[in-house]
Amino acid sequence: MTDRGSRIALPAEAAASARETPAQRVALLLSRIWAWLFLGAMTLFFVVAVPLVSGGDVNFLTVRNSQNILVAIIPVLLLGLGQTFVIISAGIDLSVGWVMSLGSVLSALALRWAFNSVAPLFPAVVVGLIAGVAGAAAVGLVNGVIIAKLKVPAFIVTLGTSFVVRGVAYLMSENTTVIGLPPGVRAYGNDALLYYIRGNGGGLYVLNRPEVSGDLLRRMDTILPYPVIFTAFIVAYAMFLLGKTQFGRHTYAIGGNMDAAVRTGIPVDRQIIKVYMLSAATAGVAGFLSTLRFTAGSAVIGDPLLLSSIAAVIIGGVSMFGGAGTVVGTMIGSLIIAVLTTGLVMLNVEAFWQFIVVGTVVIVAVLIDQSRELITGRHRGGPAP
Amino acid sequence: MTEPLLSVRNMTKRFGGLVAVNDVSFEIRRGEVFGLLGDNAAGKSTLIKCISGAHHADEGEIFFEGQRAQFSHPIDARRHGVETIYQDLALANNLDVSANIFLGREVKHSFFGGLVHTLDNKAMLREARKTLETLQIQFPSLTQPIETLSGGQRQAVAIARAVYWEAKLVIMDEPTNNLGVPEQKKVLELIRRLRDQGVPVILITHILPDVFAVTDRLIVMHRGRKVAEKITAQTNTEELVQYMVGARDDSGARGDANGAAATAPADPAPPR
Repeated sequence: MTDRGSRIALPAEAAASARETPAQRVALLLSRIWAWLFLGAMTLFFVVAVPLVSGGDVNFLTVRNSQNILVAIIPVLLLGLGQTFVIISAGIDLSVGWVMSLGSVLSALALRWAFNSVAPLFPAVVVGLIAGVAGAAAVGLVNGVIIAKLKVPAFIVTLGTSFVVRGVAYLMSENTTVIGLPPGVRAYGNDALLYYIRGNGGGLYVLNRPEVSGDLLRRMDTILPYPVIFTAFIVAYAMFLLGKTQFGRHTYAIGGNMDAAVRTGIPVDRQIIKVYMLSAATAGVAGFLSTLRFTAGSAVIGDPLLLSSIAAVIIGGVSMFGGAGTVVGTMIGSLIIAVLTTGLVMLNVEAFWQFIVVGTVVIVAVLIDQSRELITGRHRGGPAP
Repeated sequence: MTEPLLSVRNMTKRFGGLVAVNDVSFEIRRGEVFGLLGDNAAGKSTLIKCISGAHHADEGEIFFEGQRAQFSHPIDARRHGVETIYQDLALANNLDVSANIFLGREVKHSFFGGLVHTLDNKAMLREARKTLETLQIQFPSLTQPIETLSGGQRQAVAIARAVYWEAKLVIMDEPTNNLGVPEQKKVLELIRRLRDQGVPVILITHILPDVFAVTDRLIVMHRGRKVAEKITAQTNTEELVQYMVGARDDSGARGDANGAAATAPADPAPPR
């Protein structure tokens, strides 16, 4: 008989972390922060290489270029944000590209209608936002219900809805760009919090785009465009939602062990539906912002971004098996893609090289993720029951 | 000790023509570890699922704390204090110990008059630590994901979860399977500790040393029927084996009257 008073210490067989050698620990650390290192190394490369190639005329590390990268990142990041939640819950959403298109078309149509119905510009823009996001979220609702309630694999459901949404977006836009938006929309999509004109006759302008042209315009930097600020708020909210709330915890739990989630009483079906609605809604926001940016709605705007956004999520360390990943990771993944694209263009390299590099990085990212198990000798999910 | 906590009366469960559980009755009292023995396909799991609400018995009654009980769903049973720990433990391997103890019942902070809720990880960690204290379980760290823990540690987390949520009855399905010998001992020790805290345990097993190590009373099932009910101290391995393989039967309804129909559906054991 065992002594009843004794403490039960259970460290012996597992506690793998305690048994790792220093080399293993370094390898593990590297495998966790490699994306940051890669981003840093790549940026450094462009900082050095761009002036060399251009003979010193062009620099990579400028205010203007940093703002260009921030603007370029928006759609990929927004699509990736929702996708992060979906993939952490062990799903996939292939419809976000066309949902973004739908969001763009819907918000343009609604905005135009509202403005022509004698709404002032700002309320009309809000109507556009609501229409784009609500229309997109409706698609997410359909995705979620079919996946959660009818148990159809997410891959199939979202592939199907992506075709349906594509058709709807083309039909609604009558297969053409939705134009005729009030010209003031341009400001919402492109103006910035700050303007800075370097040198003579310049200065800092806050919330006020200086009417300049010629040389002054060339010397003017646009700092923190409104869409960037808007996106930053959404990113902050997504970080909060995933990291600090029950919503996030349940998303991780479902991706980690669906059975356990069901048996511990997590409302799994409802959670899955919400996750797909969130994914579609962020795609809707991306569509809305593109409408503001181009002062037009477009049914073809989102499709090319789908795979980039999934790539960003994977590079950012979200596990395709579900259960692991962060919003910050997805941000880094999006940044890597945006920096790469911008940098290659500035190096005068054919833009198609970006696809080759991004593709390689995606595969390397997953290899690094898997190598973690090799390093520790553990398998994801532990021993079979 | 007077009134049984759980009383199962004449429970029968059929799957089509198969009688998986055949007229089984037993009682569980507070402060005992109760062995539910039987070979594969003896009907142990079906019986337990009928109690925990995963299946619905065709005949018979369950009384829990003196009340007629019919749990519609495992979550319903759990709400009443019947916690079933299956072999897969229902843990999210990507989350840490305290997150798992509070899975589905997270503690939250509330802000702006309930408009915003955040997880109160500190409180959950504190409570998890307290519970593990009362069970005298030590972990190197409570913030490690479950996937870094050993099988025995995972069992301990599942047990701690049951204890924290004030389970009145814990049902454990083959808890020492897939564990190394030292860990088996620790899990058995935990079962004893649960009993000493007044939480009875139904231990489903076919491992006889475990039976003798922790149970106070037991029943043996064979082909859906209860073939023996014993006080552990008054039986021995040889006798139990005879019951388990069907060579002995106290139930009266001797032999294979039902023939193949008495065999449970999943993975039927070959007749011996």
